[in-house]
Amino acid sequence: MSSEVLQLDGVSRTYGAGATAVAALRNVNLTIHAGEFVAVMGPSGSGKSSLLTLAGGLDRATGGEVFVEGTPLGGLSINELARLRRRAVGYVFQDFNLVPTLTAAENVALPRELDGIPARKARRQANDALRLVGIEDLADRFMDQMSGGQQQRVAIARAIVGNRRLILADEPTGALDSATGDGILEVLRGRTEAGAAVVLVTHEARHAGWADRVVFLKDGRIVDEAASQHDPSVLLTGRAH
Amino acid sequence: MSIRHSLLALLQEGPRYGYQLRGEFEERTGSTWPLNIGQVYTTLDRLERDGLVEKEGDDGEGHVVYTITDAGRTEVTDWFAQPVAATNPPRNELAIKLALALTLDGVDVAAVVQAQRTASMRQLQDYTRQRRAAATSADAAPAAQGGPKANDAAWLLVLDSLIFTAEAEVRWLDHCEGWMAQRAVRAGKQRTAVAERQAAEHPAAAAAGTRAVSK
Repeated sequence: MSSEVLQLDGVSRTYGAGATAVAALRNVNLTIHAGEFVAVMGPSGSGKSSLLTLAGGLDRATGGEVFVEGTPLGGLSINELARLRRRAVGYVFQDFNLVPTLTAAENVALPRELDGIPARKARRQANDALRLVGIEDLADRFMDQMSGGQQQRVAIARAIVGNRRLILADEPTGALDSATGDGILEVLRGRTEAGAAVVLVTHEARHAGWADRVVFLKDGRIVDEAASQHDPSVLLTGRAH
Repeated sequence: MSIRHSLLALLQEGPRYGYQLRGEFEERTGSTWPLNIGQVYTTLDRLERDGLVEKEGDDGEGHVVYTITDAGRTEVTDWFAQPVAATNPPRNELAIKLALALTLDGVDVAAVVQAQRTASMRQLQDYTRQRRAAATSADAAPAAQGGPKANDAAWLLVLDSLIFTAEAEVRWLDHCEGWMAQRAVRAGKQRTAVAERQAAEHPAAAAAGTRAVSK
């Protein structure tokens, strides 16, 4: 399997036509590999959310092509696109988007069951996913019995259940206090170390600091990118151990 | 940074010589602000002159050992009790650079902002990576050895301070960019309004002006 989990190849997205056309993304090139954590930053209206919806196959590019695990999304029918999303792509939102009348495990199992997986197997996969985000002991809790941080962990478990390798997170720490937010970033970081690719849209520089690469968007274009130094010996403060 | 008070505070734990003080200072602050040994001894001389430390003699290996006096202990207590004075903002090269870029012709301020933001972001990523590694190693300290050490916690706290400072810089740069964009829009609207008013008041002159420009 290719290590390229997500590839945007000259992607544009224009809303409307003629004189009133608005370009949300203009000729964006971006490749994200397995095990990579990429943050997308930029002012309001810079195209961050458009990038995420195109990457997740929730919207279609008006130019260029989006590839998820090597599959070009442009040629897929609506049903094929939905199937690919369920198999490969997990979304995490600021407001969690969990079903309040279901338990944590039921919320996580739901996308698997919708995909035709037998209930017991789906439940087993849900428990695995909950264990990976550190809350397997809360599997039978309802949402109103959980803190915001715990609910966001359920949402991440739902995003990764069934070994989906592309996690798209839209301001996932926005509703959480600073320490709880760091816990969520730690979970996302841990998923990349297990081989997933994570795209985090955020306006918080400190959260983007968790990423391997930070992409800056402006007016629908990538204007710059900051890549972290991977070699610990060249880090700025030389603490002796 | 008060080296004077830092060394005095460390001497509260017991008599030390210069190299020991430097080692302990750097251990607790992750070598973020390295001290040279000359600085340490100069500071110790001044502390002795001011009656805050005394020479206790030799440790047998040729190191001069210093001990804190009662006046020194009072000085340390006062230091911790007083907030750090921030009456004079520290000189900030970035703020100075942007202020000049904004007021001089021919400087691409947006490019200055973006270049700095990328550099600050990279620094933030590196600090975050180090913070995570330090937290992991502190958590992994075996309980048999007393678990995480106070010095590990001190180092995490210093890293957090660097992280929040770098974050503040990126946020400030975001703010500068947004503010400049709004200002450019306002200036554009004002120019349009002035042109329209002139056209309304002096249609012939405005038309002549347009013709003059179009020539």
